Amino acid sequence: MAVKDAGRAARPVQRAGGRRAAAREPEREADSAELIQLLTPEGERVEHPDYPLDISADEIKALYRDLVIVRRIDFEAIALQRQGELGIWASLLGQEAAQVGAGRALGPRDMAFPTYREHGVAWCRGLDPMKLLELFRGVSHGGWDPTAHNFHLYTIVIGSQALHATGYAMGIQRDGALGEDGEAVIAFFGDGATSQGDVNEAFIWASVTNAPVVFFCQNNQWAISEPLERQSRTPLYLRAKGFGFPGVRVDGNDVLASLAVTRKAMQAAREGQGPTLIEAFTYRMGAHTTTDDPTRYRLSAELEAWKLKDPIERVKQYLIRSEQAEMAFFDEVEAEAAAVGTRVRASCQQMPDPTPDSMFDNVLTTETRQLAAERAEFAAYLDSFVAEEAAR
Amino acid sequence: MTTLTLSKALNEGLRKALEADPKALIMGEDVGKLGGVFRVTDGLQKDFGEARVIDTPLAESGIIGTAIGLALRGYRPICEIQFDGFVFPAFDQIVTQLAKMRYRSLGTLRLPVTIRIPFGGGIGAVEHHSESPEALFAHTPGLRVVSCGGPADAYAMIQQAAACDDPVVFFEPKRRYWDRADVDIEGGLAAALPMESARVLVPGTDVTVLCYGPMVRTCAETAVAAATDGKSIEVIDLRSLAPLDTETIFASVRKTGRCVVVHEAVVSGGIGAEIAAQVTQECFYNLEAPVLRVGAYTTPYPPSRLEEHYLPDLDRILDAVDRTFSY
Repeated sequence: MAVKDAGRAARPVQRAGGRRAAAREPEREADSAELIQLLTPEGERVEHPDYPLDISADEIKALYRDLVIVRRIDFEAIALQRQGELGIWASLLGQEAAQVGAGRALGPRDMAFPTYREHGVAWCRGLDPMKLLELFRGVSHGGWDPTAHNFHLYTIVIGSQALHATGYAMGIQRDGALGEDGEAVIAFFGDGATSQGDVNEAFIWASVTNAPVVFFCQNNQWAISEPLERQSRTPLYLRAKGFGFPGVRVDGNDVLASLAVTRKAMQAAREGQGPTLIEAFTYRMGAHTTTDDPTRYRLSAELEAWKLKDPIERVKQYLIRSEQAEMAFFDEVEAEAAAVGTRVRASCQQMPDPTPDSMFDNVLTTETRQLAAERAEFAAYLDSFVAEEAAR
Repeated sequence: MTTLTLSKALNEGLRKALEADPKALIMGEDVGKLGGVFRVTDGLQKDFGEARVIDTPLAESGIIGTAIGLALRGYRPICEIQFDGFVFPAFDQIVTQLAKMRYRSLGTLRLPVTIRIPFGGGIGAVEHHSESPEALFAHTPGLRVVSCGGPADAYAMIQQAAACDDPVVFFEPKRRYWDRADVDIEGGLAAALPMESARVLVPGTDVTVLCYGPMVRTCAETAVAAATDGKSIEVIDLRSLAPLDTETIFASVRKTGRCVVVHEAVVSGGIGAEIAAQVTQECFYNLEAPVLRVGAYTTPYPPSRLEEHYLPDLDRILDAVDRTFSY
């Protein structure tokens, strides 16, 4: 069953004057947009004719476990930032279902290109959460091997990775790696990124080349302080139509819907049917990052409304009501998440700084004479302190 | 030896690069059927197919951004930016992504992407078709920046760039596309000078003149003119702007004691400024005169009816050479 987009009702309408208010007709289309949902906020399982999902109790429980653990990692990271252990953290709170659903829809050979907030996808790809913390602590710029988990490095400049994903997908075409068991790419970005030229160029490239790429837009309603109205007057998923490929809006707080919709889009891409734009309609429950203060620009009523659509609670309610899980299961997951949290906390606090000399590494495949000279000069400069110390 | 224009030499070099590695690709606007607006890729799509010589949509950031993705998949894209002044939509992808990705990955990733850019003025073009933005790229760690001065280097260097595992920004002197010279397209590249090495083009004893790209021919002609005046100019074609072959530069300046850097780009914050600083630091006690720069004035590129006054020419270079004797 398709439900009407309930999320829109809670949005405060921004009015900057009569002229703008009068010109808001297209927004109505957003209000009537179809939202693919398979699990209601109350935890009721619903069907959608285009997205049948045959999923076992164990699989749903596994998704629940993912959701709880990534929320715990996020929680710990925020705390670590507050304690001065991380420079900054970009919280995924509220977006767990969108990310876990999409992340679990990928096959091992599919490639994912994240922004800097895809901690849930990183978890699904098997990346050690400590690698994420390295970045936010300032120990590395990421530094994981993207080929080890088919999970590219975080990209901070908004939207750049949409083109990388598309180019990678063009490579899949050239490798002849399409087909029923073929490969595809997924590019993650947010609602703000849809204003970027690179994202629009990626849509064009993917469209005219029919590249096997899925564009997964987490519309969390806010680009730092700017609401969606500042980015678009048309629902984001409808933009795909203008570029010539399908777009679909999914309840981003519904892990089952996110899984089913992404699975279908990825399979279409693998089979050579080209790109899909998925708009995962969700909400950024926390600040943009730990440096941000959302009370300056949004109403708490909005937050309260979205709390009722919590992505984790609805899975729990469903599992309980359908008697697919005992309370012991939830306790186990909670204990496991706590253990992950403990490990994250301890490992972060023990994480050593990189050696100063390492800042000269990997600029190019071979070190230039100039860089070698700078490296030597820097080493001698550091040594001069040691010599000075010894002389005292 | 075959006599080729610089444009045709690049074309032959690109053909060799495509033959040498099945992962090599050419991509850009109008590079397919048209063969590029300067015909540098003429006939390559016909021979290598549309999957390897790709006519892209008209968006420079898209060209470089998708090239990065292709490189991550194991391909070796050789991108064409149609004109110097059109590279800026791609500047973000080049500087924030391409140049930094290897560093960011702690050396896990390779980004073998070559970006060909026809550059420089002197062809009577409209705005944005005559610029020399090389210093902007040379200033960016993580990129190799090179420029060819003649057909033989064009042929060898484009193959070296294509085979390089680092991003290479390859500046082609567009007003020299039709210059002809002998090129050995039969032998391999084993004897070719490495891409990052400068070349002493004209040996001399009195003044070192450093140049690259379109100014190489101008400087070689200046050396001939100066010789009649009794001055021996050593002309060095830098070829690589990042990294600079400082060993060759310093050796020459230590010998001559005088140094003039010539480029079409504006002198402020340019390649010449960097060289002047380094030469002053390393060759201080050998210098008979300050390092002088001959380049464009610190203005935007003027309308083409004024470009002969804006661009360095033989007389302005000779004037600078003469000034190095007045200290």
